[in-house]
Amino acid sequence: MDHLGLWIAGFLTLGIYSFLYRDNPWYKLSESIFIGVSAGYWVVTEFWQNFVGKFWDQKGDDPWLWIGAVLGLMMLMRLFPKIGWISRWPLAFVVGATSGFWMMNYLTTNCMAQVQATIIPLLGLGYEASAVMIFSNIVLVVGTFCGVAYFFFSKAHTGVFGATARVGVWTIMVTFGAMFALTIMNRMSLLIGRTSFIFGEWLGLIR
Amino acid sequence: MKTRVIEIGVLVVAAVGCVIAYLGKPNIFGWHSGFVFSPTVSLIIIVLIGVSLLWMLIRTLQNRLVGRRIVFLYVGIAISLPLFMSITQNIVVSENVRDVYTALDELDPGEKVLVSFDYDPPSAPELQPMAEAFLAECFKRKLKVIIIGLWPMGPIQANMAIDTVMERMGLDSTQLVYGVDYCNLGYQAGNEFVIQRMGTSFEAMFGNDVRGTPYREVPLVKNVKNFSNIDYSFNLSSGFVGTVEWVQVAVSRYGLRLGAGNTAVQAPTVYPYLRAGLLTGLLAGMNGAAEFEKLTDFKGKATIFMLSQTFSHVIVIAFIIIGNVAFFRGGRKTALKGGSE
Repeated sequence: MDHLGLWIAGFLTLGIYSFLYRDNPWYKLSESIFIGVSAGYWVVTEFWQNFVGKFWDQKGDDPWLWIGAVLGLMMLMRLFPKIGWISRWPLAFVVGATSGFWMMNYLTTNCMAQVQATIIPLLGLGYEASAVMIFSNIVLVVGTFCGVAYFFFSKAHTGVFGATARVGVWTIMVTFGAMFALTIMNRMSLLIGRTSFIFGEWLGLIR
Repeated sequence: MKTRVIEIGVLVVAAVGCVIAYLGKPNIFGWHSGFVFSPTVSLIIIVLIGVSLLWMLIRTLQNRLVGRRIVFLYVGIAISLPLFMSITQNIVVSENVRDVYTALDELDPGEKVLVSFDYDPPSAPELQPMAEAFLAECFKRKLKVIIIGLWPMGPIQANMAIDTVMERMGLDSTQLVYGVDYCNLGYQAGNEFVIQRMGTSFEAMFGNDVRGTPYREVPLVKNVKNFSNIDYSFNLSSGFVGTVEWVQVAVSRYGLRLGAGNTAVQAPTVYPYLRAGLLTGLLAGMNGAAEFEKLTDFKGKATIFMLSQTFSHVIVIAFIIIGNVAFFRGGRKTALKGGSE
């Protein structure tokens, strides 16, 4: 059985990578199997975890669960065009509850904590900072200020303000470059993982 | 017609090659025990690749552009060949990785570590080595590990990591006892709301562990009510739900001490939290995994893969240069169309 599993995995891996040559039936088969298996796995897991685990098994213990069940049922009304509007009610509930849940979280972690992180002694006053740390602090503060300035559209980007916004654009570009590089690193890691599987676990060619 | 015959021929040859290689594995007929290039051969290969790249740059300067399949071929070579090389790469441990190690260092034996496995097999090349090295370090320090997963495949990845760690550390189920030294509470659907609920009651979210044992009957967690009973936590994530949500809910609201291991593509979204002091350490991508392996002296796949990672980066940088040369040499229209085939 292990042998069969290895061969199926190897066959499908090569099938997916065959797209690099050109689109072909082998790729399409591999892609379809992947999508089908993923979707099937999700459906089964979510059914047993959510519907059975969280509602069906406990429906007698907690009457509040019935509210969730009814909202869930209302959400499925989208499948019937004539009464599809009913699905907007549970959707409104989800949007409202999620917004309320995240409002304070975002404010504390993505706003206040980030503002606090930029209020630092630039030249390392008050603590022993290395030259690298001082440089890093300056880049952080200047980059943040200029980046925010770029998104201030109530004033024309000319003169000193224009130059500040320009530095902001460059900072953003450098950020995108770093993100692009890390994305490449991630994709390469995935490829390395599959290549290692093909030459190592499957064909046993790596010592 | 001729192309189709060649394509079928290549497929047949490749299939036969795969069958021969597979049958020759040590656990089947044992015709071969794998291959490894000596340092000299490795060096010759590196020089040859470098020379060919230089040749391609010269061709580009002559307005003879490189096709995309050549780029794919080079990336494939850059990733495959280092797996057979016997040379090693120097890995420098960064401050962010050291912070995770220091956080573990500050814990006493018996203290509880919560590890959330929020990823699935596609992210395993980066995150599985992190998971193995982290768990090995926890077990080495006699820390008690509580595992959960907010992704369906997470707890399965955790079991695989534990099997690997136990095998490599030479531990059996009597030396590392399930339910006492570690436990796996399994997957729970609900994303960030699971984290929120765990802030008041773990048991409300994880009624049973993966083996079906009721929460209160698992010795390790029977006295664990919420995050206040956790001494350190570590999140392995590759997207939503993941480190961002753990920081925003568990760290921000409940003051949980959290370290993270992320895929490289996710790391930029997490760095601001690190800088703001909301995260205690970060392992970013395969590089982070390799650094942690070095720090914990648990050499695993990340260390082996780093050579391929470096080679592939060099190739990408080389082709970025070649592509820009093509662009500015005047073949802009052709370069934008992807070059010649």
